[in-house]
Amino acid sequence: MAEKVFGRPDALLDVPTHYCPGCHHGIIHRLVAEVLDELKATDRTVGVASVGCSALAYDYFNVDMVQAAHGRAPAVATGIKRVLPDGVVFTYQGDGDIAAIGTAEIVHAAARGERITTIFVNNAIYGMTGGQMAPTSLVNQVTTTSPYGRKLESAGMPIKLSELLATLDGAKFLARVAVNNPANMAKAKAAIKKAFEIQISGLGFAMVEVLSTCPTNWGVTPIEANKWMESNMMPYYPLGTFRSEEVAK
Amino acid sequence: MSEKILMKGNEAIGEASVVAGCRHYFGYPITPQSELIEYMARRLPQVNGEFVQAESEIAAINMVYGAASAGARVMTSSSSPGISLKQEGISYIAGSQLPCVIVNIQRGGPGLGSIQPGQADYFQATKGGGHGDYRNIVLAPNSVQEMADITIDAFDLADKWRNAVMILGDGALGQMMEPVEFKESTRIPVEKPWATTGRHGRIKPNIVNSLNLQPDLMEKHNHVLQDKYARIEAAEARWENLQTVDAEIIVVAYGITSRIATTAINKARANGIKVGMLRPISLWPFPSKPLSDLAQQVKAFVVFEMSAGQMVEDVRLSVNGKRPVFFHGRTGGMLPTPKELYEKIVAVSNGEGGK
Amino acid sequence: MPRPVINEERCKGCELCTIVCPKKIMVMADHFNSKGYRPSSCSDESQCIGCALCARTCPDVAIEIWK
Repeated sequence: MAEKVFGRPDALLDVPTHYCPGCHHGIIHRLVAEVLDELKATDRTVGVASVGCSALAYDYFNVDMVQAAHGRAPAVATGIKRVLPDGVVFTYQGDGDIAAIGTAEIVHAAARGERITTIFVNNAIYGMTGGQMAPTSLVNQVTTTSPYGRKLESAGMPIKLSELLATLDGAKFLARVAVNNPANMAKAKAAIKKAFEIQISGLGFAMVEVLSTCPTNWGVTPIEANKWMESNMMPYYPLGTFRSEEVAK
Repeated sequence: MSEKILMKGNEAIGEASVVAGCRHYFGYPITPQSELIEYMARRLPQVNGEFVQAESEIAAINMVYGAASAGARVMTSSSSPGISLKQEGISYIAGSQLPCVIVNIQRGGPGLGSIQPGQADYFQATKGGGHGDYRNIVLAPNSVQEMADITIDAFDLADKWRNAVMILGDGALGQMMEPVEFKESTRIPVEKPWATTGRHGRIKPNIVNSLNLQPDLMEKHNHVLQDKYARIEAAEARWENLQTVDAEIIVVAYGITSRIATTAINKARANGIKVGMLRPISLWPFPSKPLSDLAQQVKAFVVFEMSAGQMVEDVRLSVNGKRPVFFHGRTGGMLPTPKELYEKIVAVSNGEGGK
Repeated sequence: MPRPVINEERCKGCELCTIVCPKKIMVMADHFNSKGYRPSSCSDESQCIGCALCARTCPDVAIEIWK
């Protein structure tokens, strides 16, 4: 009698997504959904979608969802969590949303120690709007708004958000992970799980920064994109844990 | 509570919101409404509410958006420049049909402006301010008692219509102290089956959203909103008539300006001029019909505002060319005196109304 | 006997599953799905060890593992 040993988690709706072939959003969505199911949190979760390629995330997660204005998801999540302290509230944001227009909101949500969980998808480019430079784009990286490559003297160095937030006491768990291979994927899932456990135990703010690819706007295949990320992004954005408090069992 | 107590206007709004069942407030300090955020900081913990001083007015309106999505009665407040910051959030609230109360204690502008009272945010409040086709219900009190009463009504109206309600005050009303008593809220708790509370067994997730990439569906949604606004217009216009029955000249003024105008009108009446006032209490929906009706009977209208002339345009639209509409305004935070308003009434009465 | 079950209509032909399979039995099919993508397919189910790496790598949850 055949049985299914791996399939779609309950927290992920059985619908096709609009993401490009090979886009890591799909993998990250599934990991978040698996964690919500494993923590038995799905039924009391409210997710906050942001503005970027994942703007339509509200159609993909099997939880109540709120669409937030660009950059404002941590503030929206704060409003929700203050009304539903026993709920599980997460934001799902890209690099422009969190590190450009939304820098104040993420810093202050972390500083306040808001009991929310943020999933930050860093692919060093603005995907949805067609490939413009992001605050996390690398020096010399060619984008549609840095056609000669990102210039250090004009645009500065890219922002390392996990390290930046690590100065804040309210941030109880900050980790940078990747989903480019199975080993990293397993670590990413463990980090996402810990980030939600930090919220559920009431400790404070948690964020997982997931290094990701954008094959379409980087102009490469999904397999080549993984390699580009490994060669170019990982040296600048080291994987690791930048803050970690222990969750009381 | 039926005893009268002396309170500042800003604080009366705060207490009234608590009477109305508001337990979530998100705001940022700005003169001349900081007493309101400070009152909420003291009062909400006393009733197990949640107070957050946000990092900006933008963050505050987005916290309101989140709390309203989750089904709470929620309020924010600011003054003119801060209300400008909130406009994107207000448009999202309108598009998502979320109930909430937004208080603007107006000051002189434009730009950083002055900290004295103004009424130059009328366009922003009633015509948009944020992008897209939408309307906020806008209520304009003119006394501390009315600030309290209107605040309680605002929460009921917001829930009834799933709409933002803006309370348009000004720095004078916010700072003045008058006796006030707080009526019981007539609130019938409104079910919010659409709220994002967590599914808790519900099969279909609730989504609060204003994005729609298909233009035909976006248009359908706009029709839904416009239909709602038409029903609000038919049901919620509020105004007060003062000595209008035999009036030949009608003053139109709201907020603190209407209080000063009352003094001018009484002096004019004492000197034999038949003048009255229609005081709009709802600025949206605007009391167009009563103004249009009055246009049959009177000789002229004169509009007083603390602006370069904003509400006067709606008065002209309502009167629709039937009678002349004159205007007198002060800007920058200056309050008109009863004397200058009286002199304008006299001039209009003598056929020398000017503009 | 473990085997992958591929939802061909959900596959976007990204090929990520083809490089993670330790038995090298995930390959792209010769035909197209209705969206114009070549879906992945399993070239030899008897070799499948049920590690689920292909399913875990798939961004579209287009692969289930059955035993």
